[in-house]
Amino acid sequence: MMSDALRFQSPFEVQTPPGCEGWTEMYPYYLLFSEDRRQEEENKLWFYNGMHAPEAVHPFDTIGFEAGYLGIGEMSSRMFCIPPALGIDFRFLNGRLYISPTAVGDPKKIEERAKLFERRAGYYFQNWPQFYEEWREKVKREIEQLKAIRFPELPEVEDEQLVFERKGYGTSQEVFEAYHRLLESIFRIWQIHMEIVMIGFAAYFTFYEFCKKAFPEISDQAITRMVGAIDVSMFRPNDELKRLAKRAVELGVDSYFRPEANVRETFEALGRSEAGRAWLEEWRRSSDPWFYMNTGDGFHHHHRAWVDDPGAVFGILCDYVAKVKRGESLERDIEGRRRDRDQITEGYRALLQTEEDRKAFDELLGLVRNVYYSIEDHKFYVEHWYQSVFWNKVRELGALFVRQGFFQDVEDIFYLHWSEVHQALMDLLLSWTIGAPARGPVYWPPIIARRRELMGKLRAWNPPPALGTVPEAVVDPAVVMLWGITPDRLRAWLEPEKAEEKVLRGFAASPGVVEGPARVVLSVDQLHEVQEGEILVCSVTEPSWAPVFSRIRATVSDIGGMMSHAAIVAREYGIPAVLGTGSATKRIRTGQRIRVDGDAGTVTLLED
Amino acid sequence: MMGEVPFTLDFSRVGLTERALVGGKVASLGELLRHGCRVPPGFAVTSFGYRRFLEANGLEDRLRQVLASVVPNDLESLERASQQITGMFLESRIPREVQGAIERGYEELSVRAQLPDPPVAVRSSALAEDSEQASFAGQQETYLWVRGTENVLDSVRRCWASAFTPRALSYRLTQGVSLDDGVAVGVQQMVHPRAAGVLFTLSPRTGDRSLIVVEGSWGPGVAVVSGEVTPDEFTVNKVTLEIVHRKISPKTAQFVPTGSEGLLVKVPVPEDLQTKPCLSDEEVVELARLARHLEQVYGFPLDIEWAVAENEAFPHNLYLLQSRPETVWSRRPRTSIAANFKDPLSYVVQTLAGKALSR
Repeated sequence: MMSDALRFQSPFEVQTPPGCEGWTEMYPYYLLFSEDRRQEEENKLWFYNGMHAPEAVHPFDTIGFEAGYLGIGEMSSRMFCIPPALGIDFRFLNGRLYISPTAVGDPKKIEERAKLFERRAGYYFQNWPQFYEEWREKVKREIEQLKAIRFPELPEVEDEQLVFERKGYGTSQEVFEAYHRLLESIFRIWQIHMEIVMIGFAAYFTFYEFCKKAFPEISDQAITRMVGAIDVSMFRPNDELKRLAKRAVELGVDSYFRPEANVRETFEALGRSEAGRAWLEEWRRSSDPWFYMNTGDGFHHHHRAWVDDPGAVFGILCDYVAKVKRGESLERDIEGRRRDRDQITEGYRALLQTEEDRKAFDELLGLVRNVYYSIEDHKFYVEHWYQSVFWNKVRELGALFVRQGFFQDVEDIFYLHWSEVHQALMDLLLSWTIGAPARGPVYWPPIIARRRELMGKLRAWNPPPALGTVPEAVVDPAVVMLWGITPDRLRAWLEPEKAEEKVLRGFAASPGVVEGPARVVLSVDQLHEVQEGEILVCSVTEPSWAPVFSRIRATVSDIGGMMSHAAIVAREYGIPAVLGTGSATKRIRTGQRIRVDGDAGTVTLLED
Repeated sequence: MMGEVPFTLDFSRVGLTERALVGGKVASLGELLRHGCRVPPGFAVTSFGYRRFLEANGLEDRLRQVLASVVPNDLESLERASQQITGMFLESRIPREVQGAIERGYEELSVRAQLPDPPVAVRSSALAEDSEQASFAGQQETYLWVRGTENVLDSVRRCWASAFTPRALSYRLTQGVSLDDGVAVGVQQMVHPRAAGVLFTLSPRTGDRSLIVVEGSWGPGVAVVSGEVTPDEFTVNKVTLEIVHRKISPKTAQFVPTGSEGLLVKVPVPEDLQTKPCLSDEEVVELARLARHLEQVYGFPLDIEWAVAENEAFPHNLYLLQSRPETVWSRRPRTSIAANFKDPLSYVVQTLAGKALSR
C-alpha cells in the first residue's frame, strides 16, 4: 500500500535556498522537520498554508500559529471530539508554514467520539445565535484586557508610592507579568476563536456532503451561494471607507484626495481647515474598531492595520471619492444578494425528490446559515481587531528593549521567537534590578541582523504547494472546506505536466468570465501596484484586500477553498474568481493576458 | 373536438387530448406549442383521414383477408402479407376530400415559409399508448426533406403502409393489438439547421437533476443522434441558468440534405468551424430555459431534440423537434438521500462518522 501511494517531494528533499543556511535556528525545535521523526513525517501529507502565512514567517510571528493550532487541536480533538479528526500538525520549512491534518483511524474510536461530539457540539448548535452573540462580547472583553496591558518604564528608583502602598513588588515584576499576560492573552483568544470555528466547519461540511449527495455535480459555488452570509462585519471596514468618501465630498474636502499624494501630508493638510478637521474626526470615529482591519489575515506582524497605516487604503479611498463625485453608487446590493440567495435555495429545494429530503435540507440549512454567518463574521474580531492590537502591544515591549539598548529598532523584536523574548526580558530585568550590564545589547544585534538577511532571502523562495504522501481520504472538515484540500485536488497538483499546457484548474469560486492583463502579487506591499482593470493573481487572496476588489476584474489564487473569504468577497463584488490553482503565481506573469472562467474554474493563458 | 372530425389538423390545434386522432408524436408537438415553445409548423393527417382512405378504396375487407392468412411467427408469411398490403396501399388513390385537405395543409406551410414546395418531414405518429413499443414495432417511419405535393401524398401513403411492416405485423398479432385502430401522420416543415442536437433535463452522467446538458453539432441532429460526431456539450445549472461547463469538441463532419429526395449526405466541416462552439451562450441558456419550463409543466425529466435554424434571428431560431420522457435515470426508484434523517445534529454526527455517506 505504502509503495503505491502518490507522493509529492519529501520535505527532506527540499533544498535550502542559497545563502539561507542556518534558517532553522529561527524556529523552535518542535516546529522543524527532523531526522528523528523522518519516517512519520514523510508518510504524511503537508500542504503549504499560504492562506494564513502567505510569506516567510518571522520568528516572533510563529506565536499566532502556535496559538492557532493549539486552539484547533484543543477544540477538534479534545474538547468537541470531531469524530474523524484530531488536530492539525505544522512545521516551518524555509520559513514557510506547512500543515498536516491528523485523522482518527480506528472506526471504534470514531464511534466513541461521535457520541461525545453529539452531546457537546449539539449544545452549541442548539443555542448558536445566542452563543455567538456572547462569544463576540467575550472577544471584545479580551481585547479590552489586552489593551490594558502596560510595559512601564524602568525608573532609576521606584516611585515612593509603591513603598507606602506596601504592594510588595516593583516594576520589574510588573513588566514580567505584563509579558506573561500578553502570552496568556493570545493563547486564550485563539482557543476562543476555535471554540466556534471548528464545529462550525463540521456543520458546514455536513450540508456540503448532503448537497453533493442530492446533486452529485453541484458546484461548490452553488452551495456557498445558498448559505452565504449577506452582511457580515468583514465588509464593514470597506463600507466605512465609502462613508468617509461621501463625507469628504459633502464637506467639500474631496480635492485633498489625490492618489499620488502622500497620506500623512494629506492628513496634515486636512488638519489645517475646519472642514478637514471635521473629516479627520469622522476618520477617527470609523477607525475604532473598523480600521483595525489589517492588510493580511492577522498572522504577519507587518501586515499593518489601516488605522496604523492609512496608506494601505488611501488609494482606494481616493477611488471612492472620485466615484462619489462622478455620481456613481458605492452601495453593495444587499437586497439583490438576498434575493439571489433565496431564489437559488428555493430552486434547489424544489429539485429534491422526496418530502423527507426537503425536510432535511431545510433543517440543515437553518443550522448552517447560523453557523456560517459566524464563520464569516468572527474574522473581524480576532484576525483583525484583536491581532492588530496585539502586534502593537508587542511593539510597546519592543520599544522598551530599544530604550534599554537591546535592539536598534522597535520591529527587531519580531526577529526573536517569543521564548527567546522571554529570555531577553529576563536578561533585561536582571540587569536593571542588579545594576550590572546585560548581555543582550551585544548578544542580539548580530543575530537580528543575520535573521533580517535570512528573511529577505527566504522571501524569494517559491514554496511547493504540497509535500509528502497523498492520503486516501481527507476527513478533516476544516481542511476540506477552508483550504479546499481533497485527494482529487492533490492529484491534480501532482500532475501539472499532464494538465493542459495553457489551462490552470481551481475552484470556481465566483461566477463570470473575463479576460485581461494579470498582476501577480506575491506580498501585501505589492498590492498598491494593482491597476484598474487588471486580474489579481496571488498566492492567497486576503479578505482584507476587499477594497482592491473594486479595481480588479477577476482574481486567481494558488490556495483557497470554497469557504475562503476571498470567494465571498469576490462574489460580493461580482467579479469572477478561480481559487486553489496550486501554481498560478508560478505560471502566470504580470502583464500576461489571461482568461478567468469563474463558472468552470479555469484560467487560460492567452499569451506565452 | 366539436363538429365533424377533420382529415387534417394543424399542430396548433392539438394536444395530448387529441392523441387518438393524431397519434402520440404529433400530440406532444402540439403540446409543446401550447406551452409556448417554437416547433416547426405542420399538420397531422388524422386517423380519420386514414380510415376514409381505407373505406374509399375498399381496403378494409382486403386487409382482413390478407391478415387472416398470416402465421404470426412465420417470417416468410409476415413478409408476404406486408408486401401485399404495401402494394395495395401504394396502388390506391387517396380520396379527393382527404387529398384536398393535405394539399391545403401543405399550401399553408408554403405560404408561411414563403417558399414554393417547402421541404417537410413526413412521419407516422402512432396511436398506441406506449409509443416506445410502437417504435420498436417499426410503426414510426420518417421521410425527411420531402418537397412537392405529389411527394408529400406519396410519403403519407407510405407512412400508412408502415403500420404493416413485417415487424409491426408480428408485434400487433402477438400482442393482440387491434389491427384497425388506425394510423396518423405528421407533415412538418423542415428547419434548415445551422446546428442541432439533443438535451436532457438532468445529467446523463450522474442523474443530477440540477443540471441541463445540451449536446449539439453542426447541421441536422442526426449527426449527434447517430454518434457520427462527438458533439459539443454544454452543462447548464438548472436553478440559475448559468453555463457551468462547456466542452467543445472537434466536429469534423456534418450532414446536408441533397436533391429533391432530401437524402442526407455526410460532408466534412470547414476547419475553422470544427472547434467553434455550435451554439452561442445565449442560445444554450434559452434552450435550457425552455427545457426547464417544459419539465416543470410535465413534472418529469425530459429528453428533447432541438435545432437552431440557419437564417433566423435569436430567439426565433430555436426550435424543439421532439420531447420525450427521459428513461434511464427516471426509471430508477426514487430514493430518499436523508431516509435516516432525524434532526440536523444527528445527521451532522452521522456524516462526520461516515455513516450517512454511502461513498
